[in-house]
Amino acid sequence: MMQTLDRKLLRDLTRLWSQSLAIASVLAVGVAIMVMMAGAERSLRETRDTFYERNQFGEVFASVTRAPIGLLDRIEAIPGVAVVETRIRNPVILDIENMLAPGTGMLLSLPHSFAQGTFPRLNRPSLDIGRWPEAGRDHEVVVNDSFAKAHEFALGDGFYAIINGQRRHLTIVGTALSPEFIYTIGPGSIMPDDKRFGVIWMDGTALTAAFNQTGAFNDLSLRVEPGTNLNEVLRQLDLILAPYGGTGAYLRKDQISHSFLDAELTQLATMVKIVPPIFLVVSAFLVNMVLGRLVSLEREQIGLLKALGYRQSEIAWHYIKLALCIGAFGVALGWGFGLWGGRGIAELYAKFFHFPYLVFVPYPSVYAVSALAGVAAAGLGAVFAVHKIVALSPAVAMSPPAPHRFRAGVADRLIHAVHMRQTSMMIWRSLTRWPLRAGLTMLGIATSAAVMVAALFMFDSMDALMDKAFVQLNRQDMILNFVQDRPRSVIDDVDHLPGVMVSEGVWSMPVRLSHDQHERRTVLEARDAGSELTHLLNENDQPVEPDSGIVLTQRLAKQLGLKLGQSVSIRFPSIGDREHKLAVVGYAAQSFGMGAYVTPETMTRLTGRAARVTQSNVMVDPDEIDALFAVAKTTPALSGVVEMRAVRQSFTDTIAQNAGMMTTINALMAALIAVGVVYNAARIQLSERARELASLRILGFTNAEVSYILLGELAFLTLLAIPLGLVLGYLLAAGMVAGFESDLYAIPLEVSRVTYFRAAWVVALASALSAAVVWRRIDQMDLVSVMKTRE
Amino acid sequence: MATTERVFRTEKVTKVYHTGSVDVHALRGVTADLYAGEFTVLLGASGSGKSTLLNILGGLDHASSGRVWFRDLELTGLGERGLTRYRRDHVGFVFQFYNIVPSLTARENVALVTEIAEDPMTPEEALERAGLSHRMDHFPAELSGGEQQRVAIARAIAKRPEVLLCDEPTGALDSMTGVQVLEALEGVNRELGTSTIVITHNAGIQAMAHRVIRFADGNISEVTQNETRVSPSEIVW
Ligand SMILES: Nc1ncnc2c1ncn2[C@@H]1O[C@H](COP(=O)(O)OP(=O)(O)OP(=O)(O)O)[C@@H](O)[C@H]1O
Ligand SMILES: [Mg+2]
Repeated sequence: MMQTLDRKLLRDLTRLWSQSLAIASVLAVGVAIMVMMAGAERSLRETRDTFYERNQFGEVFASVTRAPIGLLDRIEAIPGVAVVETRIRNPVILDIENMLAPGTGMLLSLPHSFAQGTFPRLNRPSLDIGRWPEAGRDHEVVVNDSFAKAHEFALGDGFYAIINGQRRHLTIVGTALSPEFIYTIGPGSIMPDDKRFGVIWMDGTALTAAFNQTGAFNDLSLRVEPGTNLNEVLRQLDLILAPYGGTGAYLRKDQISHSFLDAELTQLATMVKIVPPIFLVVSAFLVNMVLGRLVSLEREQIGLLKALGYRQSEIAWHYIKLALCIGAFGVALGWGFGLWGGRGIAELYAKFFHFPYLVFVPYPSVYAVSALAGVAAAGLGAVFAVHKIVALSPAVAMSPPAPHRFRAGVADRLIHAVHMRQTSMMIWRSLTRWPLRAGLTMLGIATSAAVMVAALFMFDSMDALMDKAFVQLNRQDMILNFVQDRPRSVIDDVDHLPGVMVSEGVWSMPVRLSHDQHERRTVLEARDAGSELTHLLNENDQPVEPDSGIVLTQRLAKQLGLKLGQSVSIRFPSIGDREHKLAVVGYAAQSFGMGAYVTPETMTRLTGRAARVTQSNVMVDPDEIDALFAVAKTTPALSGVVEMRAVRQSFTDTIAQNAGMMTTINALMAALIAVGVVYNAARIQLSERARELASLRILGFTNAEVSYILLGELAFLTLLAIPLGLVLGYLLAAGMVAGFESDLYAIPLEVSRVTYFRAAWVVALASALSAAVVWRRIDQMDLVSVMKTRE
Repeated sequence: MATTERVFRTEKVTKVYHTGSVDVHALRGVTADLYAGEFTVLLGASGSGKSTLLNILGGLDHASSGRVWFRDLELTGLGERGLTRYRRDHVGFVFQFYNIVPSLTARENVALVTEIAEDPMTPEEALERAGLSHRMDHFPAELSGGEQQRVAIARAIAKRPEVLLCDEPTGALDSMTGVQVLEALEGVNRELGTSTIVITHNAGIQAMAHRVIRFADGNISEVTQNETRVSPSEIVW
């Protein structure tokens, strides 16, 4: 049988349905985001981990120019090394029908007896459709799934590749997915572009022959026994590989696909930490507000229940249950949205990350935690609302609270001085009577504006990032990557390519930078002095020059714990173990990568080699771009072409794809907070001041005048809240940007005026709408019944 | 049905309220005996301390000093939990403002008590005794003041309390309804033997009491016993 108090509870809930719904919705958003983001994070992580295990993703990676297979014994002898896999790995230019621009392919060799069932020991691709190339058929290839899809290739279709200077036709016999290319990004690019970049698996015999690598390898990967000191493995590997042009071994965390995925997981984790708590706290506050009002309204009933012999705990529980009902409803609502949204998220991720399967698994623990958090938020709000009143002695609870003693303060005198109307005076008094509540209400509304800013600023930041990356720092139209480093004079040849207006050389060398106990593998770049196409700017947008020192990306300097003027140790794994030192003369503020920069002279001094060029930045006459493409497709010296316009396009597309949907959802979420706070605040005001307002109506005040007293206060609070919210939003955005930072990129913190304006507008509108609903209630107020109820 | 068995005993009970800078001495050393089964009326000027004493007897409030016993149970020695237990098991209250839960029907308001009592009557029986059997499923807003007060009485007696404490139960009622309420109280006292204490400003009501206690300035000024009692309907309002 239902307890009588529970019946009261049900009736209270029915009576408060609109307020409860408003609270539950805010709570639901928190829960939904938690379920979605935490669920996505776990799904991604676990899918990745299984994929890694199943396909034996390597733990250490290294590249060389050319090393004999015989070296394998020495590598396997490094303590802790469990499995070693070697292969041929070569970037090549692709010539694809219906695509003017040259593509880039990453050729990977499969073990010689692959078709007979010998799988690569590490980094195994998973066949999606078709079959593996048959031994000896040197034109048969398997390509990555997304490349085939982007070109709508069917099995049997083909394309051309410039392999070691020869233009060869390759036929697709299958598609595959690999743990190395979950995030498929071409060398030198910052965005995936499945049309321009493809992974190509070929029979090992055919490939080694094509690249004159018979009996040799140029790429290796290994796994170690658990508990092995990885840094020691790296060190030994570098020693062994240095004579063969080793570029420095590196760990998974620096593997490009892995680190992008990791950055994404970090972002998700950051979101989970920042966003749901905001919504949970706001809903706890709302529960507190509504329940606080309810218990003060029912103060005498509480006294009565105590007089009847109900225990404090029983009474408190009665009210807390009400909050828990709201909490449970919010959680259920949130779960629903979360499940539905989770599928959307999985689809979204499937676009960027290529897994053989990616299911958005509803993890029970994620649901349990979100439910606990949701219900706890509601419960906590309730406990704070009831604990004082429930502890009152019954005799005190049953007598009405002492009337508040309004006092005229300094502020009042000020207000008198400006001749405020009596109705405005009432607003003022009410604000000063409950300063805490007014403050919290304001903070609640401000939160809504803050969430809106935090949701929208991403677009500004992306704009800023693009402007910086593609206009201020990099103005080249194209980057031409050379198969291997070339003498400086190659730039003259580039100059003579059709359409090339300006060309500049860049000399990149893999290095290990260290300072104290910090060490990082990165690329040291020497750019031509006075470069027009690329610039280094410091955090104040002032140009920085390495001169005789070194310029480090800000984040790199931070990771190495380096300050201006301190010196950094530099080692070139491909040259030997000699250590050089250079003074840090400047920071480069840039969003992508962790580069380090010196002058070509410094590079020559450090390496003892005459100036070389590994890539060339060019500016191209747009009218002649097709001619340049045509030449690039047949130039053996090139291993790849990065067209900046395409990178930029893919960047904007990605943002645009998510923008519309995201903005709408975020605006809704932010508005929900505003509605939740303003609507509840207005309803509570209405219930507290119904008699006062009714008396005014009886005195002959118009509805508008009476509404002004009630809603004027909220309008005033909203007005104060918006600027505060915008400031909070900025801080929130700063927190998110900091949380999103990874080795790969850092998002600049940029909040435009339009964003502030939009946030303010959404909050004002949401507040106005909720106020309008309450206004109607004032209109419909039954004066007689209001005056009759005793309070 | 006067007996010599004492239901309440107080010894130099004082109650001081500290409000801001002034101390209000609501009770100044009340020593009194109240007898089982009696219908006792408390009279006295406004502010003389009647409600304060009743609240202490009913375990709603603590005395500042002195001692209070309910039979052998010393109330002044009980904490919050003990007092709750005591109220739950032994006391029924009726207040001036009917104090019924507006979101519960008459029957449900009574059930509020029967659910937590040891050996209650059914809500129906209680409402019957209070003379309200015809409006059991009405919400308070649909009941008149007198009817609401009778719901409160039904709720107070439903647990078969040993004592029934009423603070101005007819204070907000006209004479007609007041009489109905008093009849309900008198009936309970007579039929169930419930010791009943009623605070009132209506001196006429003292005529139906076994014992009348007069209050003045925080203390008892006079205790009288009625040789003959009149029925509620004969009371001069
Ligand atoms: N919670 C309280 N805080 C401060 N003073 C109180 C409180 N309750 C009662 N008093 C004071 O104690 C004194 C006795 O109050 P009490 O309510 O017992 O009087 P009463 O005899 O019941 O009066 P009435 O007939 O008006 O109900 C009064 O002066 C009253 O103002
Ligand atoms: Mg009184």
